[in-house]
Amino acid sequence: MAIENQGAGSNQGNRPLSPHLQIYRPQITSVLSILNRITGIGMLLATVLIAWWFLAAATGVGYYELVDGFLTSWFGLLILVGSLWAFWFHFFSGLRHLRWDAVKGMGMKSVRRSGWITLILSVLATVLCIVWVM
Amino acid sequence: MSFITDRKRVDGLGAAHNGVGHWMSQRLTSIALIPLSLMFLFPFMRSLGADHAAMLQTYAHPYHALVAVMFFIVVCKHLQQGLQVVIEDYVHGQRTLLASLILNKLIWGGVAVTAIFAIAKIAFSA
Repeated sequence: MAIENQGAGSNQGNRPLSPHLQIYRPQITSVLSILNRITGIGMLLATVLIAWWFLAAATGVGYYELVDGFLTSWFGLLILVGSLWAFWFHFFSGLRHLRWDAVKGMGMKSVRRSGWITLILSVLATVLCIVWVM
Repeated sequence: MSFITDRKRVDGLGAAHNGVGHWMSQRLTSIALIPLSLMFLFPFMRSLGADHAAMLQTYAHPYHALVAVMFFIVVCKHLQQGLQVVIEDYVHGQRTLLASLILNKLIWGGVAVTAIFAIAKIAFSA
């Protein structure tokens, strides 16, 4: 019998499914794990926008002012400030992951503590950056 | 009858065909981004909203131009690596998966080349 190479889900049959996300109570560990991925994906847009800003500057004054004006409009700033928090969260969260990769701080107590520190530092760094740039 | 061992036969034939290399490379780009992202972020925040001449002056400087180029190379690689893991998790079906992975690489390669070209033009024409 030929077995076609199909995607996941095609050979599930009647096997029981494990409980999914909505079953679990949110915890600092799970929420931060999800946030690390969401902030990473969230920064895709800002990266493209910043590349666009450089391209506009290289093109000429008129185009630069258009793109720079858009990025500093309330809508542009909403994206950029959101991305700034995403950056700091992903930055500190990344440090936390690298520390785990070195097999350090892996106890439950330590994991919860570094989670809260990550969250607090991300908000603090975002606020400091906004104050600094204004 | 083949003389290769069972171990050799299954090597690289898991569901993903590879993994350790990708994992290592992702750590490498993340470590590189610790200094690079900060070196890029602060001058960028200062330059955003500046007039055209001031922006060109900043990024015509070799330091800022080089930091920006290195940042875009590494960040686009890191974004591609991160998105690849997400795609592998949520996109099913071999064709769709393969197409998504290829598209992902092309897009971030394109963004990196665009940014590098723009920064180089600014740096070389000032």
